Amino acid sequence: MLNAVKQSWLTFKSIFTGMGVTIRHFFGPSVTLRYPEERMELPKGARARLFVNIDDCIGCNLCARACPVNCIDIETVAATKDVDLGKTSTGNPKRFWLTRFDIDMAKCMYCDLCVHPCPTNCIYMVPEYEYSEYDRSNLVYHFSNLEPEMVAEVKEKAEQEAEQKKREREEMMRKKAEEKAKKELEEKKKADEEATKNEKENGGE
Amino acid sequence: MAAILIHAAIPLTIILVYALVAIWGERKIAGFIQDRLGPMRVGGWHGWAQSIADLLKLIQKEDIIPTNASRFLFKFAPFMMFAASYAAFAVIPFSSAYIGSMINIGVFYLLAVTSILTLSVIMAGWASNNKWSLLGGMRSAAQMVSYEVPTIATVLTVVLVAGSLNLMTVTEMQAGNDTLGFLPNWLIFQNPFLIVAFIIFFISILAESHRVPFDLPESESELVGGYQTEYSGMRWAMFMLAEYADMLLLSLLGATLFFGGWNSPFGDFMGGPAWGFFWFMLKGLLLVFVMMWIRWTLPRYRVDQLMHICWNILIPLSFINLVLTALWEVIF
Ligand code: SF4
Ligand code: SF4
Repeated sequence: MLNAVKQSWLTFKSIFTGMGVTIRHFFGPSVTLRYPEERMELPKGARARLFVNIDDCIGCNLCARACPVNCIDIETVAATKDVDLGKTSTGNPKRFWLTRFDIDMAKCMYCDLCVHPCPTNCIYMVPEYEYSEYDRSNLVYHFSNLEPEMVAEVKEKAEQEAEQKKREREEMMRKKAEEKAKKELEEKKKADEEATKNEKENGGE
Repeated sequence: MAAILIHAAIPLTIILVYALVAIWGERKIAGFIQDRLGPMRVGGWHGWAQSIADLLKLIQKEDIIPTNASRFLFKFAPFMMFAASYAAFAVIPFSSAYIGSMINIGVFYLLAVTSILTLSVIMAGWASNNKWSLLGGMRSAAQMVSYEVPTIATVLTVVLVAGSLNLMTVTEMQAGNDTLGFLPNWLIFQNPFLIVAFIIFFISILAESHRVPFDLPESESELVGGYQTEYSGMRWAMFMLAEYADMLLLSLLGATLFFGGWNSPFGDFMGGPAWGFFWFMLKGLLLVFVMMWIRWTLPRYRVDQLMHICWNILIPLSFINLVLTALWEVIF
């Protein structure tokens, strides 16, 4: 009997304790964030989406090499002598046309490893996380700002220059080789002359 | 004829409006208790139109009847269930000026008619031809039949004190404010045994109306809805409606029996039929709120625990209580 009373007392006590907890939450504040109308402020340094300030990129490829999943795809073309690409805001001279700078955010794992090697701090994370897409290919972000014609032109120019350089180099090589051959010939002559001279002298004895 | 229609329409309107508010309210209460907001979008202020949107959605749903179900019983069960709880509203005195039917065996009629609920639940469970439904229906039968006993015993306790089976008379005799000098003359303040009676009554109506912690017949997590498993669209909505109507019915019965019905807690102040309706609904809805509050607090009992509570604790206690109340009435 006593036990039964004790048991019921415990039951009711626990029920009322529980109800006390719930009623406190009932009147307490709610934690719901009504998403499209309200947004949580992202913490500092949140990694949400990569951004490349293409004007500052020197095309050094360090970020692409640092990426563990190879989701950065960079193609550079050396600038020809007649153009000056200027300098980045950090003062580094730019020497390459960036004909392609694609980042596949579908593959990216937000490790931030590409951000730190950049010498000009032009690749970084921005707090923009609402970029879902229906097609995965839309998640490849193209940062290069060159028009296709521009790319073609630049490539052609670079090729021409490379061709010319090659030719120049070949020319130089040929010249060098010629010079070398000349020199050798002369040396040989000299040697020959010397030899005949010696012979003569020896023979004179 | 017109009088009958009006008498039929008034409780129906109350039930429908109440169901819309209560379903929305239940979700809001659940939300607040879980530190959420609940529905917020439909209709502007705190999503008040959510139930209407839900209703529109349910109307558009396909009415599926399983091939192997017993068609007539399957279709009929939800309406019978609603009819049972709706019919019981006839004897509830909504205010001093309105009661559907002034029969002098009101309480008896109410308890008899609500027993049909059990029948319709078994009907739904059996006709669905689905194991979950059948299990739910069986559990429901066992539970409701068992818990009807303590309910009736406690109602008897009140009837013993009030001396009438007519709910209007029971309410009228609770008028006035002179228990211990200041408390209203409500039956719950009349003698200590009626407090115990109220506790037992409240636990039993939780079980009768299938509310947590006694919602075994429709436990979502184990019986995937119990007897409601196969129902969809408006038929399912009828079950919901009946369930909420049942909740209101039993809460109003509790308010009538123990909390003075339509009597104002301040004596004559704020009395009169209109205020009477207000007080009555307020008391009923407070009890409904407590039921919801309990729902979002307690976990569900097991079947054996449920039966243990009923047969080993509530029934003996309620009968002892009945006898003690009778003694009290004789002595004082
Ligand atoms: S954050 Fe990591 S995975 Fe993403 S692009 Fe940079 S290095 Fe690659
Ligand atoms: S590391 Fe920086 S500068 Fe170098 S290619 Fe990447 S973004 Fe451009």
